[in-house]
Amino acid sequence: MAVQTTFDFDQMLSSAKEAYGEELLKMAEEGFDFVFTYSDNVAPSTAAGKLTQNYPERCFNFGIAEPNQVGASAGLALAGEIVFAQVFGPFLPLRAADQIHTDIAYNDVNVRLIGTHSGVTAGGGPTHNDIADLALYRAIPNLTVVVPADAGQCRKIIRASMEYDGPMIIRIDRAGSPNVYADDNYEFTIGKAIETIEGTDVTIISTGSCIYECMMASKELQKDGLSVGVIDMHTIKPLDKNAIVKYSNKTGVVVTVEDHSINGGLGGAVAETLCEAGFCGKFKRIGMPDEFAVLGDPDEVYKYYGVERVGIAKTIRKMMSK
Amino acid sequence: MVDLKVIATNIRQGIIKQISNAASGHPGGSLSGVEILTLLYFEVMKVDPKNPKDPKSDRFVLSKGHASPLLYATLAERGYFDKSELLTFRMINSKLQGHPDMKHTPGVDMSTGSLGQGLSAAVGMAMAGKLDKKDSKVYALLGDGELQEGIIWEAAMSASHYNLDNLVAFVDYNGLQIDGRCCDVMGSDPIDAKFEAFNWNVISISNGHDFDEIREGLSNIVKGKPNVLICKTIKGKGVSFMEDQVGWHGSAPNEEQTKQALAELGGTL
Repeated sequence: MAVQTTFDFDQMLSSAKEAYGEELLKMAEEGFDFVFTYSDNVAPSTAAGKLTQNYPERCFNFGIAEPNQVGASAGLALAGEIVFAQVFGPFLPLRAADQIHTDIAYNDVNVRLIGTHSGVTAGGGPTHNDIADLALYRAIPNLTVVVPADAGQCRKIIRASMEYDGPMIIRIDRAGSPNVYADDNYEFTIGKAIETIEGTDVTIISTGSCIYECMMASKELQKDGLSVGVIDMHTIKPLDKNAIVKYSNKTGVVVTVEDHSINGGLGGAVAETLCEAGFCGKFKRIGMPDEFAVLGDPDEVYKYYGVERVGIAKTIRKMMSK
Repeated sequence: MVDLKVIATNIRQGIIKQISNAASGHPGGSLSGVEILTLLYFEVMKVDPKNPKDPKSDRFVLSKGHASPLLYATLAERGYFDKSELLTFRMINSKLQGHPDMKHTPGVDMSTGSLGQGLSAAVGMAMAGKLDKKDSKVYALLGDGELQEGIIWEAAMSASHYNLDNLVAFVDYNGLQIDGRCCDVMGSDPIDAKFEAFNWNVISISNGHDFDEIREGLSNIVKGKPNVLICKTIKGKGVSFMEDQVGWHGSAPNEEQTKQALAELGGTL
């Protein structure tokens, strides 16, 4: 196995949503120089809340006005600051699309946009879903887009971003999701996919907290005698095309899983890559279909659309039975 | 001592030459802001054309980015690049694109063109100036039509919330936008009362083409809050047939019109 995952262990729940704040607070305490902006969405009890209390001179609340927050974050970066801008995910890509495109990406500035509650994880229905963001980001030059698989990886991303040149989107989805990696002793490089489980029959390519569900689907499918590999495509842009082609050709059966529309996100990116590489095997995208999602608790919504272990295993069984 | 009137005329000629040569561009709103930019770049702002990225410099954001010929002609006149480059305006791979591109044009401090976004960027720059305890100021030029964009008021709210007295905005109040008179398209008057309500210090300039009046206005900026100078201007100012004519918002003059415009401005092709 390439890395030590939690595949064979009992689960510890952790939250990437909390981890970004913990890491920023730690980095501020270690003397790293950065600015933090937010928009009326950082609870005082959280680590990010402590950051704003302990370092008020470098933390700016922009109230309920995401476009101005993102535009002003670009201005701060243009004046030489490294900026972490935390925005409630559902109101980031669509509300501030112009600022992301023109102020952040076009000027190629060092702003790290942290979108929390991405995908359908906020609950509360389609007004609070963030399922079109990857499609938008993929079409904007200069953006680097990363999606942590768990809290530990989120901390790695936050820290790695201090040394990274150019704008970055950090897409954080489900809170309180299980750890994917058993510890932090694995190599993480932005833009380089990680093989979390080796497989010879099927390759699942996924991102974010869906990775854990994919691992559990893989475990379930072991009972069917299927060897299902899981690839953590934590960086959506730039995409690790070599890894996609390599692991896809290894099995000839590819499934993508994401908490995003099946259109234009990870699944679309993998499909484009495989098509251009001449891949002729089986391929299926799992994610939110082209409809406004049903109302419900996120876990119910995942089940409804089969974006969790049972649904993923079911889809793969169906593919393999043909 | 530089003669600001001569410089302003040179800038106007540069505007006409760029747009005529490219057969594309926005003359009206470029000509209306000439005196504001002339005063800023030749008297007010601390800038170094040989070191445009100097972090100690004042910053300028052309929030009404379609008035790029005004900015380019001013920067060329100030010595950021050679005036001959103005004739590459809007050509493929030119550093002088239809809307300002800070990555390619010396002296451009912010890429703009999507109306409204510039003031937010200027707010961020001014916040960084406060954070780093810099003496420098951030200047922004807004169009009056641009004030219809919602983000302007998000930015205005945050500028006063954070007491950004190192931010000075100018409104090029020429009263016209592409579809007609601003008051007919989407009235944004009273502009002064709106900025006052957003806790800005408002300075009204009755003639935005009068250097003395703009200068005096700048002497009235206050500490503790952001300042805005609302400058009544004439769109197309300096070219008789363009003045206060909505049709010259985004049209290029033909050869004959170019000759006449330049003749009125004391220049030739």
